[in-house]
Amino acid sequence: MELNELEEKEQLELPLQVKLEVFEGPLDLLLHLIKKNEIDIYDIPITVITRQYLEYLEMMKSLNLDIAGEFLLMAATLLHIKSKMLLPPSEDEAADENAEPEEDPRAELVRRLLEYQRFKDAALDLNCADLLDREVFTRTFFQEEFLKEAEEAVVGEATLFDLLEALKKVLETVPPEEFQEISLEHLSLKDKINEVMEALWERETLAFQELFTPATPRREVIVTFLALLELLRLRMIKIFQPAQFGPIRIFSPLDREEGQKIISERIS
Amino acid sequence: MEEIQIKAVIEALTFVSESPVTVEAIREVLGDIPKKEVQRILEEMVAEYRMAPRGFCLVEVGGGYQFRTRPEFAEWVKKLKKIKPFALSQPSLETLAIVAYKQPVLRTEIEKIRGVDSGGVLRTLLEKKLIKILGKKDVPGKPLVYGTSKRFLEMFGLKDLSGLPTLKDLAGLGPPSPQEQVLPPEGLKAEGEEDSAVREEDTPSEGDEERNVPGGENSEDLG
Repeated sequence: MELNELEEKEQLELPLQVKLEVFEGPLDLLLHLIKKNEIDIYDIPITVITRQYLEYLEMMKSLNLDIAGEFLLMAATLLHIKSKMLLPPSEDEAADENAEPEEDPRAELVRRLLEYQRFKDAALDLNCADLLDREVFTRTFFQEEFLKEAEEAVVGEATLFDLLEALKKVLETVPPEEFQEISLEHLSLKDKINEVMEALWERETLAFQELFTPATPRREVIVTFLALLELLRLRMIKIFQPAQFGPIRIFSPLDREEGQKIISERIS
Repeated sequence: MEEIQIKAVIEALTFVSESPVTVEAIREVLGDIPKKEVQRILEEMVAEYRMAPRGFCLVEVGGGYQFRTRPEFAEWVKKLKKIKPFALSQPSLETLAIVAYKQPVLRTEIEKIRGVDSGGVLRTLLEKKLIKILGKKDVPGKPLVYGTSKRFLEMFGLKDLSGLPTLKDLAGLGPPSPQEQVLPPEGLKAEGEEDSAVREEDTPSEGDEERNVPGGENSEDLG
């Protein structure tokens, strides 16, 4: 008989099963068992499924995993169905031919499984869509966001330590330097200062991160950082960090004319 | 204003808008242009962008229009932005699906379908602003009623809830759903409609052959 074959097959398989899949809940586990055994969901061999279900709970227990109450409740339900299926139909009903046949004890469970499967499929469908920030992207608006945040939170002026923390993050993303060819690019602090200020005048505000790309060589990262320190010292820029460890933003209180004057006077 | 000019203005408005720009917002700016007209032009623009060999297109989403990059360029965009791509866990997706299709829905209804406690997942989805509290149900305990948010539509690229894929009817899980099979013939449907229990008793002969299939006869009454 098919059922016995299934049972035998399972007995051979189970001791080898070491992988413990994580299930959302009892229904998820039951659906897994049904699929694994290629069972017709409308005719669940309740004995096989109940045994496998309980074995799974045992396995969880032996691994010292907490078994949620829902799993135990389902175990009780399965055992209840199993016992009901073993009982012969009551005599009254057998005698009365017109009586409604009693509902299959498995019916309610099957309904729940099907309903759950429906939403598992729906979840799958949802996940197949082109999701924002996964497959598709929109333009981001730093400034608006920043201003919004600024209104809500008390904007903290960033400290030197915040800046160092941000530098550390940048340096972590810089690939290790390869010592192959020596190209002596002349990187002057003054050029960098001009570069940063030009960008600021153009765009009013910069995110700290925008000054670097993963391709920026370490040496340039350092020079950029020194330029920021120098600009801070000269009070040509202000740095803000709306949230702790959040992105740091740079502003300049000076316009182009004032700034250029300072650069030419104070930076050699 | 010439149509080509209107198009350009709409393009500019869309370009500078952080969230999808609505037809109403466009009309507010453009003045007395009929809603139908704006909609027609937008639709035309959507088609134009779709045809053009560009990295982005115009998408109707969450009740408005927005420029979005095309999915085929995701790899490059991610490289530039260095962001962790958006992802939802299996429990979150399941719960979100239930909320999306069953809204307005109560936590107990969600838990009945999933068979597990869903409070934590609901909180996560609320924090991510993918769902929102629609209100309280007027029953003892005044439980919260959940629904999906505008953000949900934006995340999943839907213009409204009607854009959700239709809920599948359990294909691939054995024989076709017996639900349809036990429906009474057309003639009986009208009088039995108010009470499905009555309906079944009215038609024992039709139902009989499916009676040996568990889950067959009462599938409909569950909800």
